[in-house]
Amino acid sequence: MTLVAIFVGALLTNNIVLSKFLGICPFLGVSSKIKTALGMGFAVIFVMLLASLMTWLLYNLVLLPLGITYLYTLAFILVIAALVQFVEIVVRKYYPELYKALGIFLPLITTNCAVLGVAVINMNQGYSLVQSMVHTLGASLGFLLAILLMAGLRERISENPDVPKALQGLPISLITAALMSIAFLGFSGLV
Amino acid sequence: MVTTNFLLLSALTLGVLGLVFGVLLGYASKKCAVPVDPRVAKIRQVLPGINCGGCGYVGCDAYAEAVAAGEAKVNLCVAGGASVARDVASVMGVAPGEMERKVAFVKCGGSPDKAVWKYDYFGVRDCRKAVITPGGGPKACEYGCLGFGTCVEVCQFDAIHIVNGIAVVDDSLCVGCGLCVDICPKNIIEIRNASELPLVACSSPEKGKDVRQVCEVGCLGCGLCAKICPEQAITMENNLPVVDFTKCTNCGICAEKCPTGAILREPPLRAKSA
Repeated sequence: MTLVAIFVGALLTNNIVLSKFLGICPFLGVSSKIKTALGMGFAVIFVMLLASLMTWLLYNLVLLPLGITYLYTLAFILVIAALVQFVEIVVRKYYPELYKALGIFLPLITTNCAVLGVAVINMNQGYSLVQSMVHTLGASLGFLLAILLMAGLRERISENPDVPKALQGLPISLITAALMSIAFLGFSGLV
Repeated sequence: MVTTNFLLLSALTLGVLGLVFGVLLGYASKKCAVPVDPRVAKIRQVLPGINCGGCGYVGCDAYAEAVAAGEAKVNLCVAGGASVARDVASVMGVAPGEMERKVAFVKCGGSPDKAVWKYDYFGVRDCRKAVITPGGGPKACEYGCLGFGTCVEVCQFDAIHIVNGIAVVDDSLCVGCGLCVDICPKNIIEIRNASELPLVACSSPEKGKDVRQVCEVGCLGCGLCAKICPEQAITMENNLPVVDFTKCTNCGICAEKCPTGAILREPPLRAKSA
């Protein structure tokens, strides 16, 4: 597979949220306003890229040579959690502006299933380091796209008083997410 | 034994990884510790905590940080008023400064029985939606309160209500946070000093004839108030009187003589009692 195919596949065809159903909690939890959704999206891009890099190194340089690949889930979570914590501390000290923008989202996505999921997909597909990073970039941009679209829709829905009482709030959001997911099916066969 | 070795290897690898990360994190948190100003927490405690944004910062947390950093004045919290300003000032060890109570005022008196309606509106009961219909909503006056209560919904203090078809602020409850000012699509709500009276309850800059056609209580821009004011405190701008409160004594002559009653000597009826 070419890098372009990997990128587009991760971005649209196999959208991490709407096709693989990973990272649903931030997708629903932080998508009520476009501004916070943007912050969350960028935080996910940041963490995913770092986590993929680290997990790739860990898997190929430590777990594989030692023959203990069965430990990957545990090891990945350990690495991602420690890494995010470390990054948070460093960013807080040296880039207060970035910390203000991403700060509250960083701990939230430490062991987000989308972050772990992308690392596992990279491993299962046997991607090289470059392929892993391109795939991760596509997947995280796909997350940003999905959560932004969702936030835009939800902002409008929340202003509309015609939503039946039984569906107000989360139910209509879940229905919206389902319809978006169906819409994204249209991308299947693209890659 | 292979299995024992295997187990040991697994445990050791994870253990070493965990240890390395633990030491690294511990070192990093010591090395990169960011000193937090203890005054931030204290200031945050005396603030009301409703995050109305009236101070101009994102919320109470952001305002507390700004005050502690010396970037913001201690008396910006409009919701808390003078008492909170005093508390914040005592935390910071400075004088609280003068703080005039601020309240919102809806610059329109055109209730449905006094203003003309162009058409029946059956859309979403929300001013922000109604203004995008032709002519800026169903009210003939472009500068009139639509009365769908978008400001009522946004008010955190139950201080603004729809009374007789238009929004009216309850001065006793209003803290002047300005949420209603921001949300009003007609831009006819203003924040004023509570002691400053009289009030001009009209926002229309149109000429007298045009105002008369759409509203019984609109300001015609005749300038009579400016002429008769004994203190010469009123000037006409954009066909609306502007009161200079440094000169005004609130004698009430302008409110009395105004041909349409667009000048109010007292704030409009308390929302609760109306």
